Amino acid sequence: MRAVPLKHQHRTNLLWLSALVHRLSGLALAIFLPLHFWALGLALHGEASLGNFLRWTDDWFVKLSEAGLVFLLAVHLLGGLRLLVVENLAWRGGQKQLATLAAAISAAIAFVFLVRAL
Amino acid sequence: MNVRLYIAQRLTAAVMVPLVAVHLAVIVYATRHGLSAADVLSRTRGSMAWGLFYGIFVVAAAIHAPIGIRTVLAEWSPLQGRGADLVATGVGLLLLALGLRAVAAVVLP
Repeated sequence: MRAVPLKHQHRTNLLWLSALVHRLSGLALAIFLPLHFWALGLALHGEASLGNFLRWTDDWFVKLSEAGLVFLLAVHLLGGLRLLVVENLAWRGGQKQLATLAAAISAAIAFVFLVRAL
Repeated sequence: MNVRLYIAQRLTAAVMVPLVAVHLAVIVYATRHGLSAADVLSRTRGSMAWGLFYGIFVVAAAIHAPIGIRTVLAEWSPLQGRGADLVATGVGLLLLALGLRAVAAVVLP
């Protein structure tokens, strides 16, 4: 196996990966939010207008995408909560385990959502 | 990131922790083989509590997200300083306007 170059060795650290996931999930949510708000705004033209849009979301691939968004929201919440704790409380130990737990809980929430949605 | 933006981002994050937790719970609870407009609107229309909840949520997100985007632009794109500030401010205003419009759409009777 090739050794990781010195300048990229931080990328093998789980907490670096956790920071990357936090940034990318935040970015994805910020891109999704205008679409989410636009869709809800359809209700201004009446219930039927929003209803027509929501019927489009009945397709399985849309539900799968929604489960992905639920994962992103949960992982951004739990990752952010971990950051707030690290920055404001004297709690430093077990951060890698907490980051792993955050990802696992987020995946579980997204899975429960998908099972209920399908 | 300057101190004022750092504090604004952390404060809005702290405000949104319970809001996102409740939002996630509602998403999972309310979704059963899809979601209908009637389901959504019967819960929210005329509700001062949901209006306040989502109104605070939108304002906090419209402050929180652009600060993060500004940092990402400054670190990962050629946009720096004033350019990143302008894009982030635009994103914040867009989120605020579309978000408050969405809250009005689902809450006003």
